[in-house]
Amino acid sequence: MTDQAALNTATVTDVPKARRSVGSVFSWAMFIFGVLYFALPLIGMFEFSLRKRRGTYSFDAYTTVLNDPQFQATFSYSVVMSLVTIALGMALVLPAAIWVRIRLPKMRPVIEFITLLPLVIPVIVIAFGYLRMFNTSSFLPMTGSITGTNILLAFGYATLALPYMYRAIDNGLRTLDVQTLTEAAQILGAGWFTIIFKIMLPNVFTALLSGAFLTFSIVLGEYVFAALLDRPAFGPYMIWTGGNRAYEPAALAVIAFTITWGCMGLIMLAGRLFPHTRAKR
Amino acid sequence: MATARGAYISRTAANWIGVIPFLAFTAIFLLLPTVNIVLGAFRGPDGGFTLDTLAKLFEPRLANSFWLSIRVSFFSAALGALLGFLVAAAIIHGGLPKWLRAPMVTFSGVAANFAGVPLAFAFIATLGRLGLVTVLLRDWFGINIYASGFNLISFWGLVFVYLYFQMSLMILIITPALEGLRREWDEAAQSLGATSLQYWRMVAIPVLLPSLLGTFALLFANSFGAIATAQALTGSSQSLITVQLFAQIRGDVLQDPNLGYAIAFGMIVITAVANAIYIVLRSRAEKWQK
Repeated sequence: MTDQAALNTATVTDVPKARRSVGSVFSWAMFIFGVLYFALPLIGMFEFSLRKRRGTYSFDAYTTVLNDPQFQATFSYSVVMSLVTIALGMALVLPAAIWVRIRLPKMRPVIEFITLLPLVIPVIVIAFGYLRMFNTSSFLPMTGSITGTNILLAFGYATLALPYMYRAIDNGLRTLDVQTLTEAAQILGAGWFTIIFKIMLPNVFTALLSGAFLTFSIVLGEYVFAALLDRPAFGPYMIWTGGNRAYEPAALAVIAFTITWGCMGLIMLAGRLFPHTRAKR
Repeated sequence: MATARGAYISRTAANWIGVIPFLAFTAIFLLLPTVNIVLGAFRGPDGGFTLDTLAKLFEPRLANSFWLSIRVSFFSAALGALLGFLVAAAIIHGGLPKWLRAPMVTFSGVAANFAGVPLAFAFIATLGRLGLVTVLLRDWFGINIYASGFNLISFWGLVFVYLYFQMSLMILIITPALEGLRREWDEAAQSLGATSLQYWRMVAIPVLLPSLLGTFALLFANSFGAIATAQALTGSSQSLITVQLFAQIRGDVLQDPNLGYAIAFGMIVITAVANAIYIVLRSRAEKWQK
């Protein structure tokens, strides 16, 4: 073997090894940075929430929060609101998503564009628009009564949830062969009601569930809409606690984070429990 | 004739019945309120058309708030995009165990949704004056971060907190793009004698550039509209434009109702431009991801 050849073999085998080890040290460093940055605030908030009793760790902050009638009232208000929002969002989005797939493909870009708008227009602007459009001196004075304001808040939440709800349902429909299923059902004499409730709904069940849990976690902690419409929701309650208590906010943050995790966990669980096979082409 | 027409009408009705509730709802509760705000921005106190209200956005108090919001969004988006990219690239192409990928993506999904009020509380509990990390650094290492100029309730403090959802959103969006990088490209570059750095600089980054810039624009819009985190973290000490608008809506602090419309219009313009950039660049990025 000539020197030149030896040199060549050395370059071919050694350089990639050196490459890999430098790259890998850097990669581990980045990974550890990521873990620290994401984990420390979670550990910090948990540790802080246990510090209410001097000198020892306790769940006192949680006891205080959970026994606070304000917490119970605002939390259950927000839970009810998110359930209403989920029902409303599905009732609006599911038919629209199915229709643009089977009957109105021309409208699909329009519907998609509309569902993106809530991500483009800041929430506070939409809420501001509501206050000006639906105040007591307008053509639809919804903010005039408590029930009206509650309904308006649910409508606002449904608007916020549109992008997530539509994407979830559309992803679910994408894996189905909607056209063939519909035609097959029609040949067998099914009406539209049967098609939607007996064929589409069971098939996009997982997608609906993931849209629902995502909406739930968004609505539960929402602040701007509830605060501007002046409704006693969980978001404004958290802000209030933040300004008036020391350890309880951390306990609330732990509860909120657990709920977010729970919702994401349930989305994945739903995907695993009700898998559906892809339409073969 | 009449029956044919009737059939036509009923067929058209059947074609539209599924989307009509959706269109009606979004028209009344999304489009109309927004259009109303936009039109209001061009109206004076007397109701006539004017550009004076919009001109007031350039007065120092509002211009400063807009500028502060733009800077917070810019830095949190730039740092979030950079760091999120590095973390995602490390996990996908850095030789780290493969089983780390799925938990990372799942966690990013949760963290990207962990925003608003609780996020501010988590950081106060960690890096506030009595926070866990602050206290540990002081007691174990003798480092007092607050004495050395660190403050969570400051511009950079806010950027640092925003990174939590910005970085995780970046990881979530850039992971598919990174997975789309073909192994063959790296191998081809290697066999031509390229170093790792050269491969990233001359092959991978140019391919990913539309995704990177597009996601940057999305992150920018994402933090521009945020308010709850800032409200919970800094009260009103950092007067972001969202915080100003919130105060204006609550108490009409600017003594000019139309000014609120103008602020809202300005915000829509900025987020719309950022999102338009995202959509254009994403469609360009998709040509590499088949």
